[in-house]
Amino acid sequence: MEINALLMGTTDNVVTCVTDIRAGEMVNYKKGNEILSIVAEQDIPYCHKLALVDIPADGEVIKYDESIGKVSCHIKKGHLVDHTNLFSVPRDYDAEMIKL
Amino acid sequence: MQFWGYRRSEGRPGIRNHVLILPTCACGSESARIIASQVRGAVNIVFNTGCSDVQANTDMSQKILTGFACNPNVYGVVIIGLGCETVGHDKLAEKIRKMTSKPVVSFGIQDEGGTLKTIEKGVRAAREMAMEAGLQQKELFDISELYMGIECGGSDATSGLGSNPATGELSDLLVDMGATTCMSESIEWIGGEHVLAKRAATPEIHNQIIQVCKDYEAHLLAAGQDCRAGQPTPGNKAGGLSTLDEKSLGCIRKNGTRPIVEVLEQAVPPSKHGAVVMDTAGYDISSVTSMVASGCQLVIFTTGRGTCTGNAIAPVLKVTANGRTYKKMEDNMDIDLSPIIRGEKTYQEMGKEMLQNIYDICNGKLTKAEAYGFSDIAVDHVCRFV
Repeated sequence: MEINALLMGTTDNVVTCVTDIRAGEMVNYKKGNEILSIVAEQDIPYCHKLALVDIPADGEVIKYDESIGKVSCHIKKGHLVDHTNLFSVPRDYDAEMIKL
Repeated sequence: MQFWGYRRSEGRPGIRNHVLILPTCACGSESARIIASQVRGAVNIVFNTGCSDVQANTDMSQKILTGFACNPNVYGVVIIGLGCETVGHDKLAEKIRKMTSKPVVSFGIQDEGGTLKTIEKGVRAAREMAMEAGLQQKELFDISELYMGIECGGSDATSGLGSNPATGELSDLLVDMGATTCMSESIEWIGGEHVLAKRAATPEIHNQIIQVCKDYEAHLLAAGQDCRAGQPTPGNKAGGLSTLDEKSLGCIRKNGTRPIVEVLEQAVPPSKHGAVVMDTAGYDISSVTSMVASGCQLVIFTTGRGTCTGNAIAPVLKVTANGRTYKKMEDNMDIDLSPIIRGEKTYQEMGKEMLQNIYDICNGKLTKAEAYGFSDIAVDHVCRFV
């Protein structure tokens, strides 16, 4: 089975496809030593992200085990996540400071 | 691990022995280019400022010019000025002489009576320096004398998945041997700054990293720009990077995992050995300019979309984990890291393999951009010209 997507963190809800994926094709990725598969419901271009689960509007997208932003609409499992439906959230720098 | 370099009276050894033809301002740039083209062993930069600047911009330009002159890869400097710029050739030469004992001469186009007469004198001076530089023998130095800049540009999703983690591994290996590595582009820490700050060697450095990001956002906002509107770039988005956060979380991996021992202002040399970070623009050329001015002997540059950039003073080694880009732009790419993406090799393995590339470049192997003689620079600005 060809690995055609990469999962960067165990808590991630997206994978990055490393070949061009057509709607209906299987997307295969590794989680630890296990190979998992999911059907792509849309075309996912090379280097782009596919949702592993349903992500509700305003829900966070997790990659590298970190939030990379929130989605502007409900994204269904197997659908494309990109700059048209994902937006960055301002930081709370003061809260990140260590009290010295 | 040791490398063959050129001893300098002050600071780190060079891995190149260039005569640098250095314009003080835009008006000196063409004469500098012609002088460098006449003398083997000479390199030039094209400078787009030096005149009609606010003080903060002048300060930045001066840090870049003096920093370039002091870079260990430079044997000697021929300065070419016009005569009416903010900091004239004689003043700049005086500043540089206070910072280094390497040979420095300077000429002004207005004083000499035009470009032809200046070029004649400049070529003679550069020729003498290049002839002397040819006599200098290489000596063995410990790898701890190496200061490497780490840059990324034209990023896509493969940068964070492959080339940046491999470069981070390389950085860790170099730091463990006592060398110094610098990651810059502070706007591309935003969204990942809390992860980066966890590597801070002290709580003060932790807060400095957060503060740099906070200040950068505020600075852009004062100019009416939301940092999330300019970043990611159109190319990044086409390459699958959807938000600044996603880009940053991939970017910061190129500096590895070792403690961050210092946060530097642009173009300032590190005072400590180890992993350091510098507050520079996300514009890759400007960021490389500032790191080379801070004394980096070489720069490793990760890319996804592909880039051709090079620097006249420090070799720029370009690596990509995007197999399509490597194939399309093989004439500009030095290392193919796409086996990481295909799962054929780990990023740790390829990071370790790159040590040999670094060793070879230190010993004189040219990077592709260096072989082409590329000389890109961009000086960061805080305000319009006056």
